[in-house]
Amino acid sequence: MKPAKPAPIQRDWVSKSLAGALLGFAIALGASALLAALTTSVPLATRSQLAMWLVPPVWLGIASTVYFFGSGLRAWCWLGGTCLALYGGLYAAGAL
Amino acid sequence: MRADYIRIYKSVHTWTGILTGMALFIAFYAGALTLFKEPIARWASPRPDVAMSPLDTAPDLITRTLAARPDVAKGFTIHLQPTENVPARMAWEVRDPQADDHDESSVRHYVARLDAGGAVQIGEAAPSGLGNFIDVLHRVVGLPADSDPNRWFMGIVASLYGIALVSGVIVLLPSLVKDFFALRVGKNRKRMWLDAHNVVGIVSLPFHIVMALSSVVFAFHDGIYDIQDRLMYAGKLESVFQRGGGATPDAAPRDPSVMLTPKALLQHARKVSPTFEPSALQYTQVTAPRAIVRIWGKDPAAVSPRARGGFVVMDPYSGKVLNTDYLPGRQDAANLWVSSFFALHMASFGGAAVQWLYFVLGLAGAWLFYSGNLLWIESRRKRADRRTGAVPVQRLDTRLMASVTVGVCLGSVCGMSLMMVAAKGLHGHVADLNAWIKGLYYAAFFAAIAWSFLRGGAKAAVHLLWLAAAFTLAIPLTSLLGAVAPSTGLWAHTSAATLGVDATALAMALGFAWMAVVTHRRLGRGEADSAWALRRLRSGADSAAETQG
Repeated sequence: MKPAKPAPIQRDWVSKSLAGALLGFAIALGASALLAALTTSVPLATRSQLAMWLVPPVWLGIASTVYFFGSGLRAWCWLGGTCLALYGGLYAAGAL
Repeated sequence: MRADYIRIYKSVHTWTGILTGMALFIAFYAGALTLFKEPIARWASPRPDVAMSPLDTAPDLITRTLAARPDVAKGFTIHLQPTENVPARMAWEVRDPQADDHDESSVRHYVARLDAGGAVQIGEAAPSGLGNFIDVLHRVVGLPADSDPNRWFMGIVASLYGIALVSGVIVLLPSLVKDFFALRVGKNRKRMWLDAHNVVGIVSLPFHIVMALSSVVFAFHDGIYDIQDRLMYAGKLESVFQRGGGATPDAAPRDPSVMLTPKALLQHARKVSPTFEPSALQYTQVTAPRAIVRIWGKDPAAVSPRARGGFVVMDPYSGKVLNTDYLPGRQDAANLWVSSFFALHMASFGGAAVQWLYFVLGLAGAWLFYSGNLLWIESRRKRADRRTGAVPVQRLDTRLMASVTVGVCLGSVCGMSLMMVAAKGLHGHVADLNAWIKGLYYAAFFAAIAWSFLRGGAKAAVHLLWLAAAFTLAIPLTSLLGAVAPSTGLWAHTSAATLGVDATALAMALGFAWMAVVTHRRLGRGEADSAWALRRLRSGADSAAETQG
């Protein structure tokens, strides 16, 4: 009946959850560094607060949507790649 | 969306929900009460023995107190409004340097006033810890102290709660349009509870997202700042947060008697913001070169950066405005952003109307978690045989879940009402009232859980709802007793805020009584294969179930 059944989604609870929690946190920190780098006109006392508040939404956003990945391996590859690109970019731009 | 995703996210929602539901129930119920922390503190405080001295005498009071106690120059407060929980014009706190920053129970409170002869009277005050302890229960999901490890535990709960919100929405999305306005009241009770769970969850979703994210911040901010400081601020952040306060020992101490009077400082504040309504002046390091005064207050027309309002920082000697970063209505865009996050959690915007809205949303949130556990139980119900009507034995885990859900949720409700009654009823009768109210809360809480396991969730729910109604009704009764029989040592305040506490308790007592009646009726008429059926029906059917295998 159904044409070309899509590949089943691996549950991979442990590896996906770890990817979401660990790499999600790393990406959230990177995103906060990006925000802080883009808002240098704001005094540090306030800028640092804004940057801190960005961490939980990004972190939980990733930790809660990580189960859409087809497998744990894919989650680690995609999120790890994002991490590398983000931190590489920040480092190259001198934001870290 | 592929059905597979829905199945995955259903598991995510079930697990995160069942792990955190009861902790969140306590946090939300206590949080709804914490919105009215100040009225509750006022309600729980006896009338001060002496009326507050006029504000004109404050400069004299400050000078004489500092002459008698030079160390008070580190920090003290001049109160502007004589509310029931403010025993004197001038007050200060002494913190135990060993204790956690957030631990209010180790703080000692002192007050100073001028007697009729103009001499300064210094005494220790014992403010009611009721409001603070309800706040602690709210902040650390029912644990006894607001310490670092307890806050981290709360942070984990809040993170799972955030994931539960997202997963719940994902599960609901495909059928949202169909299900949203549908509340299918009828024979299928599980369907009705699920519809209600969904509609409450979706309608209050923005509120819950705000709560989840801000709670994660409140739990982990210290750690996040530490990592960020090393990662991207090269260690500069620490000095930014610790500026001021450090006394320079070389400088000659300044003479606090030449400070501007509080009235003059308030006039300066009014020039900065005419709509700002000051409530207290918090002085810091008044004899040091960097003496400051924070004028605290609220602005009903603006966003407040903190639950108790906001402040403008001034030099108490010149009246020069040093900082308006935390002054409601006078913040720049970046500070307003940060303040909005606090205000959205603490309902410190829009005045009393928003506080009541949050109160309703908070109670609805508590119900959301309670109903989530109920749905977990119902989903695992074993149906009665359609032909024979034989009732199978329900799974042990559903029976235990029913008991623990009822015990924990209603136990915390009973405990909080009991400790409000005790905060007033035991005042003056016990040495350490704040330890008593804590003890009574946990006594009621654990007794309720034990009772729920002993009698089963179904029966215990009725008993505990009646108990909650009785304890909650006793809250306004203590005030009534104080009004008709002041010799009991009780008191009855007549301010709108404290009468509001009595009236709300009365309404909630009636609410609990109604729930008890409805639950009792449900036990009698409900289906026998439910976790809410009376236990005798279940045990009588044991043999029938076994033969069916």
